Amino acid sequence: SCCLFLYFISSEERHLRANDREFNLSFKYANNAIKTSKYNVFTFLPLNLFEQFQRLANAYFVFLLILQLIPQISSLSWFTTVVPLLLVLSITLAKDLSDDITRHKNDNHVNNRKVEVLINGELKSEKWMNVQVGDIVKLENNEFVTADLLLLSSSEPLNLIYIETAELDGLVSNRFIKYSISILYISGEVRCEPPNNRLDKFTGTLTMRGETFALDNERILLRGCTLRNTEWCFGLVVFGGPDTKLMQNSGKSVFKRTSIDHLMNVLVMFIFGFLAFMCTILSIGNAIWEYQEGNSFITFLPRADGANASLSAFLTFWSYVIILNTVVPISLYVSVEILRLGNSYFIDWDRKMYHVKSDTPAQARTTTLNEELGQIKYIFSDKTGTLTQNIMTFNRCSINGKSYGEVVDFAGQRVEVTEKTEKIDFSWNSLADSKFCFHDHKLVEAVKSGSPEVRAFFRLLALCHTVMAEEKTEGELFYQAQSPDEGALVTAARNFGFVFRSRTPETISLVEMGVPTTYELLAVLDFNNVRKRMSVIVRSPEGKLTLFCKGADTIIYERLHPSSSKLMEVTTEHLNEYAGEGLRTLALAYKDLDEDEFEKWKERHHEASTSLEDREAKLDTIYEEIEKDLLLLGASAVEDKLQDGVPQTIEQLAKADIKIWVLTGDKQETAENIGYSCNMLREEMKEIFIVAANTAEEVREELKSRLLGKKSQVVEDEKVDGEYGLVINGHSLAFALQKDMQLELLRTACMCQAVICCRVTPLQKAQVVELVKKHKKAVTLAIGDGANDVSMIKTAHIGVGISGQEGMQAVLSSDFSFAQFRYLQRLLLVHGRWSYLRMCKFLRYFFYKNFTFTFVHFWYGFFCGFSAQTVYDEWFITLYNLVYTALPVIGLSIFDQDVNDRWSFQYPQLYAPGQLNQYFSKMAFARILLHSCYSSLVLFFIPWAAMCDTVRDDGKDIADYQSFALLAQTCLLIAVSVQMGLDTYYWTAVNQFFLWGSLSVYFAVTFTMYSNGMYLIFTSSFPFIGTARNSLNQPNVWLTIFLTTILCILPVVAKRFLFIQLKPTINDKVRQAKAVPPPLPRKFPRRRISTRRSGYAFSHARGYGDLVTSGRFLRIPVKSRPALFPHTDTMHTETLDNKITY
Amino acid sequence: MGKKQAGTGPLSRRPDNSAFKQQRLPAWSPSLTPQTVLPTFYILSLVCLLLGIWLLITVEYTYELKVDYTDAGTCEQCFNLRKHAIDSSTPCKCTVSFHVPKTFPGDVFFYYGLRNFHQNLRRYMDSRDDAQMVGRKNNLKAPSSYCAPFDYDANGKPIAPCGAVANSMFNDSLTVMYNPTDGSKIQVPLYRKGIAWYTDKNVKFRNPPTNNTFSLQQAFEGTTRPLYWQRPVYELDDIDSNNNGFINDDLIVWMREAAFPNFKKLYGVLNRAQGPFTEGLPAGNYTLSINYNFPVEPFRGRKELVISMVTWFGGQNYFLPIAYLVTSGLILVTAVVLTTVFVKVGKKGKNMEE
Repeated sequence: SCCLFLYFISSEERHLRANDREFNLSFKYANNAIKTSKYNVFTFLPLNLFEQFQRLANAYFVFLLILQLIPQISSLSWFTTVVPLLLVLSITLAKDLSDDITRHKNDNHVNNRKVEVLINGELKSEKWMNVQVGDIVKLENNEFVTADLLLLSSSEPLNLIYIETAELDGLVSNRFIKYSISILYISGEVRCEPPNNRLDKFTGTLTMRGETFALDNERILLRGCTLRNTEWCFGLVVFGGPDTKLMQNSGKSVFKRTSIDHLMNVLVMFIFGFLAFMCTILSIGNAIWEYQEGNSFITFLPRADGANASLSAFLTFWSYVIILNTVVPISLYVSVEILRLGNSYFIDWDRKMYHVKSDTPAQARTTTLNEELGQIKYIFSDKTGTLTQNIMTFNRCSINGKSYGEVVDFAGQRVEVTEKTEKIDFSWNSLADSKFCFHDHKLVEAVKSGSPEVRAFFRLLALCHTVMAEEKTEGELFYQAQSPDEGALVTAARNFGFVFRSRTPETISLVEMGVPTTYELLAVLDFNNVRKRMSVIVRSPEGKLTLFCKGADTIIYERLHPSSSKLMEVTTEHLNEYAGEGLRTLALAYKDLDEDEFEKWKERHHEASTSLEDREAKLDTIYEEIEKDLLLLGASAVEDKLQDGVPQTIEQLAKADIKIWVLTGDKQETAENIGYSCNMLREEMKEIFIVAANTAEEVREELKSRLLGKKSQVVEDEKVDGEYGLVINGHSLAFALQKDMQLELLRTACMCQAVICCRVTPLQKAQVVELVKKHKKAVTLAIGDGANDVSMIKTAHIGVGISGQEGMQAVLSSDFSFAQFRYLQRLLLVHGRWSYLRMCKFLRYFFYKNFTFTFVHFWYGFFCGFSAQTVYDEWFITLYNLVYTALPVIGLSIFDQDVNDRWSFQYPQLYAPGQLNQYFSKMAFARILLHSCYSSLVLFFIPWAAMCDTVRDDGKDIADYQSFALLAQTCLLIAVSVQMGLDTYYWTAVNQFFLWGSLSVYFAVTFTMYSNGMYLIFTSSFPFIGTARNSLNQPNVWLTIFLTTILCILPVVAKRFLFIQLKPTINDKVRQAKAVPPPLPRKFPRRRISTRRSGYAFSHARGYGDLVTSGRFLRIPVKSRPALFPHTDTMHTETLDNKITY
Repeated sequence: MGKKQAGTGPLSRRPDNSAFKQQRLPAWSPSLTPQTVLPTFYILSLVCLLLGIWLLITVEYTYELKVDYTDAGTCEQCFNLRKHAIDSSTPCKCTVSFHVPKTFPGDVFFYYGLRNFHQNLRRYMDSRDDAQMVGRKNNLKAPSSYCAPFDYDANGKPIAPCGAVANSMFNDSLTVMYNPTDGSKIQVPLYRKGIAWYTDKNVKFRNPPTNNTFSLQQAFEGTTRPLYWQRPVYELDDIDSNNNGFINDDLIVWMREAAFPNFKKLYGVLNRAQGPFTEGLPAGNYTLSINYNFPVEPFRGRKELVISMVTWFGGQNYFLPIAYLVTSGLILVTAVVLTTVFVKVGKKGKNMEE
């Protein structure tokens, strides 16, 4: 292969000798110490500052600062820029510092873990960081794997070891090793690939005693796993510390930005342009003024040597850049970060997203994406582990025409099964699995009373399977099932007294109602996709030959003896009922065999199984011969348990106009079945398209026929009459995702209410997400729990990981994580919506207040000869964003709620504005600009007109610059504060406190700064002495403030009122309606009863039959690799899809 | 974020059930309902109307008179003389007659007004040294560089007060004569002190320390007067020696720069102690005689004498009453429109249906 080739030509090939530190150290391989921290004590300040100044906003402020230091330009004192800049820098500095301290702590913790290392033939305890490449380490049960190890030996039989890929109780996967070497004397040499991040590949050789062995991934144990159920194992360190695959994979996460971020960047660019535009106008004005007026004013204000009108205009341009810089306020970025962080904490703190059973709270792992949660248009969901629990439970069965498993009350009414429903006590059976629950007493009674059919039923379940049993301690059985369905059936048999205990290639040992019984296993007629059934032929201790068969009902029915026809009818009814409930059903049948007949068949079977050509087909025919004239026993129904609240959640999200696509590795039938049981596909849908073609042309045809038939040829328009569903399999998807067919796929898919893609690879999952992202310009969310979802989680705008289930892979690469799919509705409909609302309100208000603030300067330019004179006191300019208006707007954007969470759930339609970008867009920005323009006109010209020719009530001056500045800034602050009040929907005490507090602080600070003391101490910094005292006691000042406030606010109120009356949004309606408390969320029926026949409960790959009979069955093909870290897109589906039912 | 809470137990990581963390803080959520919005509009309209009327009535009973003396009367000659600021040493006197149609009852204030004089230019406003004018000795002899080029004279002597603002101080002196019908001439007595802010007079502006033996003149030893001034700062007022130096009222008034290019500054307040002025400024003919020093021709400005009264809410000003009346009207119109819309559309509640 290509990789192998690369490996051989690579000069960086790794070469190491076991137990030979001197030799290994000569290569200077990294040791096992890791360093994730970025700084140390000395580098922190310079490095961090250097990084910070690389940010555009900070660099811009340094540029402003430099401008301010040029006396000819400086229109503001240096502190107006330095104070905010320092504040911003120090906040970031503090945050980075605390992050890095945490990283240092984690590093220290990990580096100081102890492990036993074999040094000079003795085991010594060493710190992890001192472990070198080439060392042999001994791991004990439940220990973390120290580094990437080459497995040498283990305590378990056949040198198997078990590992867990995550700290949580998740997948225990086993892996086996070939060599049992006397490790103490090992002197092997390993040559292998250089460090890389491929988790699924390892190439290398081990040379030992002259022999060379090839090494592959199966023999490598990766750092990040935990040893489980294995007493000890030895391993040779191949990669240490930073070279391990875990570390090589980390730190490469994609940096996601929200659409608002992108919009903000565009707007900031626009604002820069706008700033330049304003400054240009003002500097042209200055040139004209200087030319016409300034020349004549030279008498009073001589120019500097060599200065003329054009130089003055040039300098004025920069002076105005400084003054008007508040349109791009530095505090914007800091505030955005703060409020996102706040909203992230609310997600972490939400008890309604906390899962009690697994003690898992929701977690916002990325704190910069919150508002995008309010804009989701497409959800891509994994199935297993996300929608379903990946737990199969034996739920119902029909034995000899009698249906069991339904719980009825005394009146004979069907009862909903809940946590509280009384469970059957299986204590009479010492081997019973305590986790198994069943609620129908009749079945136990039937077993106990010795009903032969019931016993045969469970005997069949206990015999006809390929499950393997493990009994570590007496009576503690652990089943290794190839599919959870099988496991569920065998466990059911176990609890009802037919305990499958162990097997050898030739026998199956049961404990039948307490009596150990051993059956001779004569043949396993294994499952495959065509046969859709499996059979076993066993000889009972009494010597009776029996064939037990289970399979899809239709298949079994074809092979029944005519005598079973009556039973068949009854059973079919039951099967329909089960299927309607979304259960996965199997029909069970048996047949007693004749010794002679069997011997003959066995010969032919032997012939077929040894033939070299066409063996499969021949075997199938042979099987067909004996699997006939069966006698029906009944049917079993297994529930593929959905996570709690999945159908309701999907219904809610659909109401919020969010499209849900299920992308699963499962087979089509299973996926469809789940589609129905969780309400995505519905009986009343007009049609469900199924695309399952094998060539590109066929796929194109199938897609086209849907399109042309529906006459929908627009990509954007998704409105079609009636509801449709689309089911497409992975094979077709591969073709459909090709460039020329993508759009057709998308068109068809967007017509449909529900889309289900089955048998998809992780890469395809990501491609589908990418396709929608690219062509629909919509915000996407991917939710999943397994390693196979990682690529899609990383591709989508928002990745959500289900935590506490199978492993941490998905969670580690996700942006948000929680324990249950149903929390998604709260995350989106409540937190997402609020975050979006808050962010938009924040931005709207923030831009409004800053534009208004700045435009007043612009208007004043026309009265002060465009000389870049500020309207406000410099201190006001410094503190406006940082102190006077900072907290109220943060309070607004952290606490605001338009309606509370119950109403949000009641009306999922409230979610729509986010999807349509209604609250903050370029249009909204333009409106803000106009609004600010109006407000600034009011805020400048009203005080101007009121003050320009007036005096105090004692005849003294009030039209002076300082009084006017105070008046203008007070008008501005009060007007924007009232505007803030108008924007606030949810007045908590904190909001009140912030708003009133900020206003009081303004007056307090103003009076302080304009006081005698301040002036006498810092004469040149506080020249406004006495201004507050002399002008704020004047009635006309307050009359002016009142007038400007009214004129700024009332138009807004009138406009909003008119819109509420004329074109109320859903939001307005709900807000108006909410005087009435919302009704409690209604209970959804657990299942819809439908007539659809559900899929049969079998796995979709060939069974374990061969293994079971081969005698090598302990050597299970590696079930799972430790895919515990973020994966690269190139990973193969085979290795990741293992959690679907194989 | 990924913080793991300390502690163990089955529910150790359960978030606190506090109103804050669960976003259930008690709150008031007002909304724009017709019941709140419409009455607010009507009430505000009424408030503005009443305020407007009150202000208007107040203003109607106060008067203001402006006498532009730039080149009026006999001042044309002085105006031309002052075209070139260099000729400031030649004194020039002129008179302008004017008529007061109605008696100004009560306190009357005399202002000098300047038009098109930009006291609000950034470089102009920066060109002063507050530290010097608060009487600091160091700054007196070493004015701030902001004052350049009015910080040192050609001989390198520090200027006190330094800077363009002080340098360009208004230096016309105005005398108003009342000409009753009997042909006599009575000088209108003015208080020329107490015309500045208390804080300016007492805190912001201070003379360098003096005492009985150390006169103000000595305190200013080593400094020179601003270029355009005829007298040094310690001789600004030759009548009242306490009104000299940086605490001279006219200087203080001037140093409080105007926000806009057209402004008026207080010159004096009518002394109603005696004569015909006890009730205010009687109607009749007046003569304004001017020591015409301040050049306005270079910047195409105008100078005027403003005689005005004040009201309870501030200076005589028609803007506020009219603005309030107009606003009241606008609010009323809006309120009527909103009411109409509400009655036609909103009341039926149709728009609120799902």
